[in-house]
Amino acid sequence: MANMSLEKQKMPELAPDIRNKNFEEVALGYTPEQAVEEAGRCLNCKNKPCVGGCPVQIDIPAFIQKIQQKDFEGAYQIISASSALPAVCGRVCPQENQCEGRCVRGIKGEPVAIGRLERFVADWHMKNATAVPEKPVSNGKRIAIIGSGPAGLTCAGDLARKGYEVTVFEALHVAGGVLVYGIPEFRLPKAIVAREIEGLKAMGVKVETNMVIGRVLSVDELFEQGFDGVFIGTGAGLPRFMGIPGENLKGVLSANEFLTRVNLMKAYLPDSETPIQRGRRVAVVGGGNVAMDAARCAKRLGAEEVYIIYRRSMEEIPARAEEIHHAIEEGIIFKTLTNPVEILGDEHQNVTGLSCVEMTLGEPDASGRRRPVVKEGSRHTLEMDTVIMAIGTSPNPLIRSTTPGLETNQYGCIVTEEETGLTSREMVYAGGDAVTGAATVILAMGAGKQAAKAIDEKLSK
Amino acid sequence: MFRIVKKEALNPTVSKMVIEAPLIANKARAGQFIILRVDDRGERIPLTVADYDRQAGTVTIIYQIVGATTMRLDRLQEGDQLADFVGPLGKPTDVEGKKRVAVVGGGVGCAIALPVAKAMQQAGTVVDSVVGFRNRDLVILEEEFKAVSNEYRLMTDDGSAGQKGLVTDALRELLQQNEYDEVIAIGPLVMMKFVSLLTKEYGVKTVVSMNPIMIDGTGMCGGCRLTVGGETKFACVDGPEFDGHLVDFDQAMERGRTYHAYEQERCNLLKKEAE
Repeated sequence: MANMSLEKQKMPELAPDIRNKNFEEVALGYTPEQAVEEAGRCLNCKNKPCVGGCPVQIDIPAFIQKIQQKDFEGAYQIISASSALPAVCGRVCPQENQCEGRCVRGIKGEPVAIGRLERFVADWHMKNATAVPEKPVSNGKRIAIIGSGPAGLTCAGDLARKGYEVTVFEALHVAGGVLVYGIPEFRLPKAIVAREIEGLKAMGVKVETNMVIGRVLSVDELFEQGFDGVFIGTGAGLPRFMGIPGENLKGVLSANEFLTRVNLMKAYLPDSETPIQRGRRVAVVGGGNVAMDAARCAKRLGAEEVYIIYRRSMEEIPARAEEIHHAIEEGIIFKTLTNPVEILGDEHQNVTGLSCVEMTLGEPDASGRRRPVVKEGSRHTLEMDTVIMAIGTSPNPLIRSTTPGLETNQYGCIVTEEETGLTSREMVYAGGDAVTGAATVILAMGAGKQAAKAIDEKLSK
Repeated sequence: MFRIVKKEALNPTVSKMVIEAPLIANKARAGQFIILRVDDRGERIPLTVADYDRQAGTVTIIYQIVGATTMRLDRLQEGDQLADFVGPLGKPTDVEGKKRVAVVGGGVGCAIALPVAKAMQQAGTVVDSVVGFRNRDLVILEEEFKAVSNEYRLMTDDGSAGQKGLVTDALRELLQQNEYDEVIAIGPLVMMKFVSLLTKEYGVKTVVSMNPIMIDGTGMCGGCRLTVGGETKFACVDGPEFDGHLVDFDQAMERGRTYHAYEQERCNLLKKEAE
């Protein structure tokens, strides 16, 4: 008989007032008892709506059944058949819009905590599993993966499992892409990303850091070096700014720069050589996950007041529900229906304030969300010393400008065949944010997976 | 890891290192830069490529010991390894189709100006060089500059070598005497600012090489942004060379001081450590 509780097992978490002063992981994970209890809430439906909501189609009811039977390794095997990065996805997927959003239990009460269960299984495996993944027998074919973010790592893992000799090229000095430079330690510990990458290496995947493809080697040169196929998973790394006066003042940073200093360069640690401005009053412009990450980092660096400045309302805000919930708990102040029009500075070009206007919501626009309209006479100034722009990113032009014949669209995104990820160049595939523009980890993984399948079908013909 | 093949002090605060980096050596061109990290806790700093040897697979960097990272870098010796060395980044210098240019270098900026002068000369351009230092002890790359220059003007603040005066004094004379397609100025921001103001009077196109604070060097962080002709540009991918008549130098100088206090603190720590 299923556990008919209407609520999920609560996730053990660090207290907000303690955690907003350190970088330790916020959510502590289920105990085995909690996991088994929560797994009991799954009705094991025949038509499995949750699986349809998962971009990599994990057999969710099957792994949850294994948890019910306390066969945690069995559960891991089911997840890892579909997902290369379970410990990551369990932590950062927007489950409310995917698997959990379709869960039957969610019709009356809360859905099954699929994300938390996935995380539990992956963490259990990391802690307890002893079997080293075997290096598959090589099929002699070589694939180059450009970018070591979620798309690239997934594609690499799937191809390595099939016997391809895979080399992943990363521009930065650490592999992991946005998982390392973007998502903070308190949400996704870097040791977990490193473990997932070690797993890929054990399967024979080579990872070459400090390699800016497009500069040090071009895509064409990769083919000359004997690679049989190339997958481009270079993400959307180019930060956008608003184009308002004062954006080049000292104290205005892109979220990318701020988060890279914090997460990749570990600027919050005393022995890191990388500096960071520790703002007292910080405004983060934007309402996505990146904005939440930046705001919560700023708080942890000692800011007295941190604001989220978002031009729509809490109804439209795009960040994951859990991130918003955590941010509010940690004391982040949400100023919605507010839009910056100018950043003010002193004679030394230090930020002193953010001039904003209030917005109201009009008719729905092309995105289906109600369009924000400026409220007349609402201009006002908020005192700030730091402004972080988290209003989105676009794909880096480095690959497209150095790869002749690679078709891109007006936004600079690589054009691909939807089912396969094939680009306008033969044996060049692409996926993730480089194709879609900034999206989620799991969608990038789904694209990496599709491309791996297509590459394999093409090369095993 | 990237091995230091050779290290040589050029003056009391400027050193040269030849680094084993065959892939970068194979692609590097004048005007481009690399980013390095000394060790695992180090920051990423950009340095312009001073020279490269495609056969030997080496890239030469020249750095002034100005901050914590360059102090740390200078403690390494031949045979030691750099944790990270990535490049070549940025756009190379446009050397095509110029009859005569003046290359202006200031201080350690001469290390970057030299490969540009060399590439221009190899492309068949007549190169006149103006280099400036505070005093004779700081003069670097004199022979190397002479080798590629039609005319070589050395200026020092105190007149202890060459002529006494600023690079702009010598450049003004040259601008009066000769017709230039372009002036290339590489050195401290204040020098590039005044060179650009001078060449504007003469209506000579001027290229400056910007070296702002950056992290990744691939367009990702936007920390290196500057205002050029009223538009925001990223030095790492749109540059590092820009039209000197359009660059907002005053803003660039302020932005360059962003972490000044932190840097001082780090340097003092390192100095204490060494004592």
